[in-house]
Amino acid sequence: MTPLAGYLLVAALLFSIGLAGALTRRNAILVLIGIELMLNAANLNLIAFWRYGPHPELLTGMIFAIFSIAVAAAEAAVGLGLVIQIHRHAKTTDLDQMNRMKG
Amino acid sequence: MQETISFTPQLVPSPIAEILWLIPALPIVAAGMIAILKQPRRKTAAALAIGSQSISLLFSLFAFGHVVHNWVHGDFGIHETINFTWIQVGAANVDLGWVLDPLSAVMLVMVCFVGLLIFIYSIGYMKHDENFTRFFCFMSLFAGAMLGVVIANSLLLLFMCWELIGVTSYLLIGFWYQKPSAAAAAKKAFLTTRVGDVFFLLGIVWLFSQTGTLLFYNAGAGSMEHGALAALLSQPAAFGLSAAGAIGLLIFCGAAGKSGQFPLHVWLPDAMEGPTPVSALIHAATMVAAGVYLIARVYPLMAAGALSGGTTAALIVVTWVGAFTAVFAALIAVAQNDIKRILAYSTISQLGYMMAGLGMGGVAVGIFHLITHAFFKVLLFLGAGSVTHGCHEEQDIRRMGGLRSDMPLTFATYAIGMLALCGFPLFFSGFWSKDGILDAAQHWSVAKTPFYMLVFGALLTAFYMTRQVAYVFYGHWRGGKPAHESPAVMTVPLAILAFFVMALGLIGTPAWPWFKAFLDGSATRFAWRGFMEPGLLALMGVSTVVVIFGIILSWRFYGDRSPRPTEPDALERIAPLPWGWLCDRFYVDELYGVTLIAFYRWWARVADWLDRRVWGGLVAGVAGLFGLWARLNRFLDTNVVDGGFDKGCDELAVGGGLLALVQTGRVQTYLRILALAVAALAAILIWSSRA
Repeated sequence: MTPLAGYLLVAALLFSIGLAGALTRRNAILVLIGIELMLNAANLNLIAFWRYGPHPELLTGMIFAIFSIAVAAAEAAVGLGLVIQIHRHAKTTDLDQMNRMKG
Repeated sequence: MQETISFTPQLVPSPIAEILWLIPALPIVAAGMIAILKQPRRKTAAALAIGSQSISLLFSLFAFGHVVHNWVHGDFGIHETINFTWIQVGAANVDLGWVLDPLSAVMLVMVCFVGLLIFIYSIGYMKHDENFTRFFCFMSLFAGAMLGVVIANSLLLLFMCWELIGVTSYLLIGFWYQKPSAAAAAKKAFLTTRVGDVFFLLGIVWLFSQTGTLLFYNAGAGSMEHGALAALLSQPAAFGLSAAGAIGLLIFCGAAGKSGQFPLHVWLPDAMEGPTPVSALIHAATMVAAGVYLIARVYPLMAAGALSGGTTAALIVVTWVGAFTAVFAALIAVAQNDIKRILAYSTISQLGYMMAGLGMGGVAVGIFHLITHAFFKVLLFLGAGSVTHGCHEEQDIRRMGGLRSDMPLTFATYAIGMLALCGFPLFFSGFWSKDGILDAAQHWSVAKTPFYMLVFGALLTAFYMTRQVAYVFYGHWRGGKPAHESPAVMTVPLAILAFFVMALGLIGTPAWPWFKAFLDGSATRFAWRGFMEPGLLALMGVSTVVVIFGIILSWRFYGDRSPRPTEPDALERIAPLPWGWLCDRFYVDELYGVTLIAFYRWWARVADWLDRRVWGGLVAGVAGLFGLWARLNRFLDTNVVDGGFDKGCDELAVGGGLLALVQTGRVQTYLRILALAVAALAAILIWSSRA
């Protein structure tokens, strides 16, 4: 087993844990944490493919990962802001009760 | 508007000719200004009307002086014209313009002078009328239109002003429109003159189509000058008439309507419903004289292509109509009892004299009588107005009497007017002008009958005027409240007019026929030999005898009798049957009533039936058809178009409902679907890369 496959396996595991958390948890903050896990699994893939790819000297994967982390941080800030507003409004963070957009 | 000033080559229009248009324009502007005044501004209105009329009179006197100056210097037959193009249609021009020549100058002075005196008189007469300003507005407009007729050098411009005269006459006859009789009289006057005007318009159109111009004088190219007349003479019309004769007769129809000649005279007596100054200005001196003036203006056309006797078919018709009207109206005047109606029939009769004078003796003879008649008839009308004013609006001469002592000034002036109208010898203008006509009649080559008719007419004139004066001024008072003399604003114009009535004869005596020479464009000097022409002295003798006989005869019947108003007339006792005919005005109105008017009533009923049944039915049918079509459209709309839309909308709603099922509002459901979709996508990718 190559080192790359090992990294990819860890990343896939991480993604699956994140997805499972995002799909099953009721609490909005825990769902956000699950989403962060999935993002970081993707970052791990980017780094692994760069490190074991044909041009490890070009720093491309690293730049990608840094951008991705920055976007994820922004997204987490927006998501947490939304959750706080909803909590103030509806006094709950339970996603099952936030169904007012039902068609 | 493109303006081209044309004139005879050797003659530059004088400054006074160039501003001649101001003479009619001023009164019209004054009328406009009065019209926009506020109602109670009586003094301003009268001042505007009289002021503009005075300035017009001043200009007229300048123009007259200028023409006399030309005449003294031997420049005869000058027509100073200013013409301009009004409309240009293709190659044809419609020109308008004005003319200054002896004929228009004489008429200008007469109309302005008489008009001014009547305006001044009106201040007194209309003093208590609440529509004082309206009266002066219409009068001023009328004066402007009449002056426009006088100076017009284009038949079209003349016709425009002619119709303006018709309108103002309508407005003034119907001035007291609250009275049904006044409103009816106005309508009658308007419609009757319209009959003549239709023929007049036909004549104008014919003349334009033949000569291509409506200008009278235009440096040789006008329709009254040789070139156009020769062309008209060579064109044959029907009944052996040339086009010139036929057009002349058509124009005469218009003149007959305005001047109250026989078949169209019925409106003039009824027109006396208007205020007396109106009767004096419009229905005695100026408007009714417009017809005579028109014939004088187109005289070259009427006289073109003289027959063997020096006359033409058109002039013969004019003469016969005039002579017949003179006798016919004088007969009716004998049996009337309304002071103004007697004068109205007398006017018709005198207009007949003028027409006959034009037909037999030429322009100067007819126009001289027109001028003298204008003065003495205005004097008589204003005198009659003064009498009715003094007698508290009483117009029936049987309810007056003895006014000689109550109204001495009015009596004196009225007597002068009456003697002039009768043609009393030597000191009255009417004598000289009437003798001019009689003299022309006795030398007329076609027939002698008009001469005898006119002499008989003179006898009748003396008779009915003496009857009227005897009833009104002699005998004793038969009315209610005693009469009083009129104020100075009314009597002073009477005195001025009386002076001119006597003085005017001097310019037309056989010894010094200045007026005739002036109008005909020839030299003259004073000579007693003028009386020595064959037959002239005998004629004057005959005419004197006839007049005096008429006066004495009438005095024998009516003088100092003062019969009671209910008593039958002196003549009625002698011959009741003819008296009845005269009283009922020879049944002309009744004849029109049972023929023309009955026909029009019937025709109106037919047209009404056609409108209601035939055309109305047709219209209703078309309307029904459209109604049906509309119903069909509505059915299609509600059932097909609306149904289609509703169905479509329902389907959309159902579709939306189905899609809304997916929209659960639970964020994790969406995430699940997303995850499944990604998994499916990955499975497809992996599976397809294997293959």
